[in-house]
Amino acid sequence: MNTAALAFMLITLGLVTSMTLYFFSKVLKVPPKTYPVDLQETAADVPEK
Amino acid sequence: MGLILAMAGNAVGLGNFLRFPVQAVQNGGGAFIIPYLVCFLVMGIPLLWVEWAMGRFGGKQGHHSTPFILDSMGKRALWKYVGVFGIWTNIAIAAYYCYLESWTLSYMMHSLLGTFSGQTQEDISNFFSQYVSLGPSSVGIPYEPIFFFVVCLLLNTWILSKGLMAGVEKVAKVGMPLLILFGIFLAYKGLTITAGEAGAIHDSSVGLNFLWTPQYDKILSPTVWLAAAGQIFFTLAVGMGTIHCYASYMKSRDDIALNAMSAGWMNEFVEVVLGGAILIPVAVGYLGIDKVNELVQLGGLGLGFKTLPYLFFQWGPILGAFSSFLWFGLLFFAGITSSLAMGTPWMGFLQDEFNWKRKPAAWSFGGLVLLLGMPTVLFFNYGVFDEYDYWTGTVALVVFALLECILFAWVFGLGKGWREITEGADLKVPRVYRFIIRWVTPALLLWVFVGSLFTPKGGDWGAYLRGDWEMDNSSIIKKLMNSSIHEKIAVTTDLTQIQQLQDQLFYVNASRFLLLGLFVFICGLVFVAHQRRVALAKRKQESEILELTKV
Repeated sequence: MNTAALAFMLITLGLVTSMTLYFFSKVLKVPPKTYPVDLQETAADVPEK
Repeated sequence: MGLILAMAGNAVGLGNFLRFPVQAVQNGGGAFIIPYLVCFLVMGIPLLWVEWAMGRFGGKQGHHSTPFILDSMGKRALWKYVGVFGIWTNIAIAAYYCYLESWTLSYMMHSLLGTFSGQTQEDISNFFSQYVSLGPSSVGIPYEPIFFFVVCLLLNTWILSKGLMAGVEKVAKVGMPLLILFGIFLAYKGLTITAGEAGAIHDSSVGLNFLWTPQYDKILSPTVWLAAAGQIFFTLAVGMGTIHCYASYMKSRDDIALNAMSAGWMNEFVEVVLGGAILIPVAVGYLGIDKVNELVQLGGLGLGFKTLPYLFFQWGPILGAFSSFLWFGLLFFAGITSSLAMGTPWMGFLQDEFNWKRKPAAWSFGGLVLLLGMPTVLFFNYGVFDEYDYWTGTVALVVFALLECILFAWVFGLGKGWREITEGADLKVPRVYRFIIRWVTPALLLWVFVGSLFTPKGGDWGAYLRGDWEMDNSSIIKKLMNSSIHEKIAVTTDLTQIQQLQDQLFYVNASRFLLLGLFVFICGLVFVAHQRRVALAKRKQESEILELTKV
């Protein structure tokens, strides 16, 4: 491959792959959110008293 | 995670593998990536955030489709009719997209049956032409394209009838990892082609050079920037209404900033890293640059369906059948995750406004798509398919995105909008995006729209300054006037050809009326839904007054 094409390709692939992995790993690390009972979506989710 | 995969599945479609590499080759090679990434950062990402935020905001008020999501954000009655785009676009795109998806299903079967084995490139190309012309089937299935279109539609409708969580997310959870695995395998094959082996005439590096060598003179060309912006729209599925619909099912404190970034970048990975490593390197490796140059003029579809089965079968009958099956399987998964998303806004609308159950809502979507899609199957060669794609898959996306951006940043107010984006965010959203959402994104969208409206002949934008501006036949205005067909009729002397062109003119105009009719029909439904809401509110108010009087 010629140098310019190789440079463009590697920089682009490196950038896109690292950004994808960065944001995806961030999603995986986020702890699940807890909601107060009144914010829950359906009546079925509300624990019975 | 299921929602991110469903969102990414919605965005990852046939365009990632078939459209992006062809756009890159036609618009500056490696240099295309600069306007492409800039458009992703200042138009794609902000639109993703805006649409996720609008969807979640509407969802909090019980709205799951764009007409009433937009209505809840702006005081004028007009906004709910702008929101009609968010349902109309999806149904109309699904009408031709499901047909495209059904080709991949049919090609999967033909790959396994060995239909393409031992055929020349001309044979494969003729197979495709015969297929879309509803010619006789090589496996004896009567009206094979119609059969596969109906099968594909039934499959989509059945999954949709299972619901968002059970159906769409389940398909995305299985489909997305499979798609990435298929993609990695084919990218590996594409990157390891060696000249002289298995019929290859070039190493993969020739194809990669062809795709990635930067043509610096094109970086500043407005045509290239328009193409980059168009590709971002197409690939991220923004301006459609599906994102609003998915996001409307989120809880009020769920993160949207990180989810949108994650789904957006996952789509970019599939498009740039995998999509860039398959189509062009494989096609150039086996056909050579001249032939590929000729084929890219037909767009990605020509390259994908008319040549790749031939190339795969150069690897031998077993590996050829396997790779061809994988390739079309990959396209099918990419397609179905997108077409499923297209059904959700219509279903959400019927469920919210007319109290329809999920199953009848899903089947009504299937019925509408069947009715609207059949002309694309029957009159494909008269340009009906392309007509649908142009008005709904290209123009409508830009118009809707521009209007929703104005609503979000200027009518709803950026202060409230910013709070919506950042509420519950698991990511610190850079404040520069306040400025981008308010000024840069709408300006860029306006420029894309105006540029498409008056595209100059041959992409010569300097002609405006010189005073000899002439619009290209690809501009919206010339397209509306059918200038290209009229010009062909004017120069043709063959009576049969003239008749064919006049037939084409008829079908093109008829398909526009059909699309317009659908838009008016949905506007009518929105009007009825609004009247029902007003009547319901009135009754509620009256009963409250009655209660108070009793007390």
